[in-house]
Amino acid sequence: MRTIRVQEQDFDVGAEFAGLAGSCTGIGGIGCFLGIVRDAAQSRPISAMELEHYPAMTEPAIERIAAEAERRWSLVGCTIIHRFGRLAPGENIVLVLAAAAHRQAALEATAFLIDWLKTRAPFWKKEHYTDGEQSWVEAREEDDIAAAQWLAEGC
Amino acid sequence: MIEQQGTKLTVLYFAWLRERTGSAREQVTVPEAVGTAGDLIAWLRDRSPGHASAFANPRVIRCAINQEFADAATKLRPGDEVALFPPVTGG
Repeated sequence: MRTIRVQEQDFDVGAEFAGLAGSCTGIGGIGCFLGIVRDAAQSRPISAMELEHYPAMTEPAIERIAAEAERRWSLVGCTIIHRFGRLAPGENIVLVLAAAAHRQAALEATAFLIDWLKTRAPFWKKEHYTDGEQSWVEAREEDDIAAAQWLAEGC
Repeated sequence: MIEQQGTKLTVLYFAWLRERTGSAREQVTVPEAVGTAGDLIAWLRDRSPGHASAFANPRVIRCAINQEFADAATKLRPGDEVALFPPVTGG
């Protein structure tokens, strides 16, 4: 089963694992990536991370990414939850779970999903520093390279 | 006589583009000569000093047309929803 949610509220990681594991048969393992708000950016302390998104596009974009992962790794199911709004350090931002018959598919699909979420889902992060200043996070070239690697390996 | 009608579009701005233009969404009617997303970005620059600042470096602007990623060469059609934003930074 595929579950995709874009929400302001937090999620329960244990409940999401149990929900995915119980939703289908044939699961041999679940890969997981949990993204958490860091307490600093380039050693500058952060008081909050603000996430903006494009509501009409976000879920369809994530659906396309999930469908690509399911196709490439024959996933049995996956769960993607991405939060938006104002988050404090230590709070959950994103959860990716990929369920497959075997570990290699589960782990690779998890890495693929987070790499593509970072570069193909319409979210923008703004850091609020403890000194009161704020700035938009710039896209990192490493993220583009990581995402592009899957294009070379795909199909 | 052919009447100059122009193309009606909805333009959405996100992140620092929204802050600099001072608007999240606006309806615009562009001349027929504005045929692509790249043309639109060049045309929007003259709307206000805020727009000029937002679009000072068009190379860093990304876009989506009707909720699908597009590029500067993508053709515009009447009624399109054109979203303009910096490179995404989710995950």
